[in-house]
Amino acid sequence: MGRITLEKVTKSFGDVNVIPPLDLDINDGEFVVFVGPSGCGKSTLLRLIAGLEDVSSGRIVIDGDDATMVPPAKRRLAMVFQSYALYPHMTVRKNIAFPLRMAKMDQAEIDKRVNGAASVLNLTDYLDRRPGQLSGGQRQRVAIGRAIVREPAAFLFDEPLSNLDAALRVGMRLEISELHKRLTTTMIYVTHDQVEAMTMADKIVVLRAGNIEQVGSPLELYQAPRNTFVAGFIGSPKMNLVAGAEARKHEAETIGIRPEHIDLSDTDGLWKGRIGVSEHLGSDTFFHITSDISSEPLTVRATGELSYEYGAEVYLSPRLEHLHRFDAQGLRIA
Amino acid sequence: MARSVTTQRKAIYTIVAWGIGLLIFFPILWTILTSFKTEAVAIADPPVFLFFDWTLENYAVVQERSNYMRFLWNSVLLAGLSTLFGIIIAVPAAWSMAFVPSRRTKDILLWMLSTKMLPAVGVLYPIYLIFIKLGLLDSRAGLIIVLMLINLPIIVWMLYTYFREIPGEILEAARMDGASLRSEIIYVLTPMAIPGIASTLLLNFILAWNEAFWTLNLTAVNAAPLTAFIASYSSPEGLFFAKLSAASTMAIAPILILGWFSQKQLVRGLTFGAVK
Repeated sequence: MGRITLEKVTKSFGDVNVIPPLDLDINDGEFVVFVGPSGCGKSTLLRLIAGLEDVSSGRIVIDGDDATMVPPAKRRLAMVFQSYALYPHMTVRKNIAFPLRMAKMDQAEIDKRVNGAASVLNLTDYLDRRPGQLSGGQRQRVAIGRAIVREPAAFLFDEPLSNLDAALRVGMRLEISELHKRLTTTMIYVTHDQVEAMTMADKIVVLRAGNIEQVGSPLELYQAPRNTFVAGFIGSPKMNLVAGAEARKHEAETIGIRPEHIDLSDTDGLWKGRIGVSEHLGSDTFFHITSDISSEPLTVRATGELSYEYGAEVYLSPRLEHLHRFDAQGLRIA
Repeated sequence: MARSVTTQRKAIYTIVAWGIGLLIFFPILWTILTSFKTEAVAIADPPVFLFFDWTLENYAVVQERSNYMRFLWNSVLLAGLSTLFGIIIAVPAAWSMAFVPSRRTKDILLWMLSTKMLPAVGVLYPIYLIFIKLGLLDSRAGLIIVLMLINLPIIVWMLYTYFREIPGEILEAARMDGASLRSEIIYVLTPMAIPGIASTLLLNFILAWNEAFWTLNLTAVNAAPLTAFIASYSSPEGLFFAKLSAASTMAIAPILILGWFSQKQLVRGLTFGAVK
């Protein structure tokens, strides 16, 4: 079981209010990702759930029990830290066994579980090494091993992949998703990388300045962002947001159109623009286009390989069924 | 070409470093050599470096005239216990400053260090009076307290910088793994801090051993350590350089040997955190 409920939780550091009153429900077995820019309070929120920080007010309920005042050791949650936080003076075996030793489990059971976790995570050959002798990816696996052996109510991940190189990150992302499918234990995952959020989450919680901007499945957030912040944050490259006269034609203060929902043409279209920088990825081409309708260049994503001269004149046609409209407060107009 | 320049530089640096090292060590070497000379050779002009008749006579005289073992025992006791008590007080202090700092922690640390900048003689009079009032003059207990207090800022600072190097996330990980505060300290923090605690112990022991101002001013006979033992041989009227050197050699030998065996640990302790 791993159902976690936050009720009107707040957190202040001195005079600085990091988390205003916040409510959130996390269901058993869900993979929830907290995502937001640096300093949005996502890590603080995770640490409040972990018990590493005390809430300033409000309640944290884990599986029906009020855990607000329960110390981290007693919350039955396991955490994987950004720095891995392995015990440098212990071997991999002792690192993974540590939570079981703390739980006073008998040695035979400890050995069984450690060996089990090691074989799942491909660590069997490294059990007698120290963390200092392992690569980044292996250390990350040890940290995960240490978390899974005790079969916690939920896993907490605090930006676990941000210290890994790009290729390894993609691999570990898959491994963690795979692990979630197999264990079906609740996972709460903090990241600033919206690609990680989109690919891994059942439910994404978008945070800004401690406030929840939107909660929903990755596709809900992609298809119907509740406001301009979510619209700009979710999706890569980010959505084009255009304010002013062009938006008012669509009875909105701001309109948004994703780069993949604009068609390019040499001859005709709704907007006229000039090609700026082109980014060729092979599978796609991104064009940054200056135009009269917006001071910011518009980004257009064309499928496959497409070539335009720098400075060439083009016409852009947004697919109107994919147009997002926002009011003066930046909220979505249905 | 570039390679040969570096080699040349290396050679120059090596020679300069050895030169400075020998310069610093020379007085100690000279003291040791002098302790094996007769009084006449010790003041010979020009000085004799190595080629003289080596003698152990001075050591015999010093042994006969004063009770070396009693001074040694006092030194061990004073340095050892003041260091031990200092560590016991400083560990929790440094712990809280490193892991649960308040807004004033930095100020307190700097204030503590500032007391070390005060000339000791400035507080000699009040402390002397306090010692008389409390009947602590020439007592080991009194001196242990004073030595502990004057070195406490350094112990706290050293431990503090060590503890700061231990990432807080590792302690948090232990907490998440179900460790109580006690287990966290025993299984995670202490093993990681042992090198730091050891070099702090060592350095402080040496500082307390060499402390001369307070030990000379607050002791007479009973609590007098080796510093007083040396001082008793520097008489103004006679020329007893050889015997003074023998006494000095005997006084510094234990700490020199200790330092020699633990130099790796010491160097690591003193430069810890400097390069990162």
